[in-house]
Amino acid sequence: MHIADPNHITVKHKRWVKLSHWIITISFFLLAFSGFVILMCHPRLYWGEVGNDLTPALFELPVSRNYQHGGWEKTTAFFETKNSPVSSSRTYDIWNQNGWGRSLHFLSAWFLVVTGLSYLLWGSLTGHFKRNLFPGSKEFNLKSIGIDVKNHLRLTIRPDSGGPNYGLLQKSSYLIVIFFLLPLVALTGLTMSPAITAAYPFLLKIFFGAQSARTIHFFASVALVLFLIIHVVMIIISGFKKQMRSMTWGK
Amino acid sequence: MKKKKIIITRRNAIITGMATLSGLMLTGCSKKTPPTYGNILRMGDALTYLAHRTLLPGQSLVKEYDHSAISSFPATGTTDPGDPKGKYYNKTYRQIHSSAFSDWSLKIEGSVSKPGSYTLSQLQGFPSRTQITRHTCEEGWTAIAEWTGVPLSHVLQHAGIKPGARYVNFHAYDGYIDSIDLMDAFHPQTILAYGMNGQALPVPHGAPLRVRVETQIGYKSIKYIKKIEASDTFVDYGVDTGWAWYTGI
Repeated sequence: MHIADPNHITVKHKRWVKLSHWIITISFFLLAFSGFVILMCHPRLYWGEVGNDLTPALFELPVSRNYQHGGWEKTTAFFETKNSPVSSSRTYDIWNQNGWGRSLHFLSAWFLVVTGLSYLLWGSLTGHFKRNLFPGSKEFNLKSIGIDVKNHLRLTIRPDSGGPNYGLLQKSSYLIVIFFLLPLVALTGLTMSPAITAAYPFLLKIFFGAQSARTIHFFASVALVLFLIIHVVMIIISGFKKQMRSMTWGK
Repeated sequence: MKKKKIIITRRNAIITGMATLSGLMLTGCSKKTPPTYGNILRMGDALTYLAHRTLLPGQSLVKEYDHSAISSFPATGTTDPGDPKGKYYNKTYRQIHSSAFSDWSLKIEGSVSKPGSYTLSQLQGFPSRTQITRHTCEEGWTAIAEWTGVPLSHVLQHAGIKPGARYVNFHAYDGYIDSIDLMDAFHPQTILAYGMNGQALPVPHGAPLRVRVETQIGYKSIKYIKKIEASDTFVDYGVDTGWAWYTGI
């Protein structure tokens, strides 16, 4: 049966699932906010190990007054070669709130990482992933994917089941977030840390350098924000009040 | 029955986990390890510091690059303490700069058996280390340069650092004060650099001497240093400014 019968509910959200969901939600909001503040300080993104105002950027975002500020003294070459790298002193007083921005980011990151790892552990031990998230082999075929996509496009969203009785696309998006986007955003974050990469240099290799890691970190965050928007829209369409109740203290 | 048992174990495990976590934080508090606990935000920095010191192999080296990887390098923060129009103008610096740092010397004091000072040529006479490393600025940019200098560990041992010392505090001409723990101070790549990219260290990058702390964010590699103090207490610039003391992340 494709559309679940809301009157026939057997499974509810487990308490630990709800708890970790909301801790991660709060830390994600704080991370997204502080991450944006940090990005505003240097809204340029690069590829490779190196990137700064004196080297070319992949792109630059007009999100603060630091955008293309151009406040640099005349450059001095380090070497007497033709394309020598240069040095230049900054003359512009940039907008920088990274003092608290970075500390808030890392404090929230601790909550996300500790809660996320506990969630992964409980999820595997209790069979939560196997039971509720991994699609069964019968469920996972072209026909049912087609039906689910069609239903989503028509906005015929099945009513809230009050528990982890998820649809196929729903399962897939949760799996992408849990097993791909969140680990990716955490690992690329760690790749920007000089102490971590000294101990684990393979991080620089797998993400093509410190600046590439920063750029991937940015795109993974954007993907997570997009997921969040769609997630909230789906909750509203499928019955906001009931969904919120079943994900909090509701019976 | 079995199911219920699992639930209890799980709950206990969560409670134990929480208790351990807060226990770790409390240990940090009572032992007064940096950074100081001015506010909630710094709890995260404290946990990061504790985790790095507990979990990471202490003296692993940061990646060193080929000469061809050397990149353009912005000079930010104070770029000339001898500029009278500058925010952090220092008259003494202007004088020593005008004599090409020939009468400059680095003071070493605090928990050392031989406090005193070292001239630039004395420091250059010590065993040197040259390394091509990546500078990671808290703002978000990175740059690669070749640094030449004397390992800080050598200078500290030469001055006879005492067993009671736990931190190394740096004082700079632009008024900047900061410190690192002995784990970073004795890291093989922590050097007092007098050379950059094969030349004498240029003024915008901290002449005549700057610190390179390669395992932390750029602002710990302070420029224009004039005094080093070994101590059992640490200087925490961030109490007023809000900047983290430990920035290995």
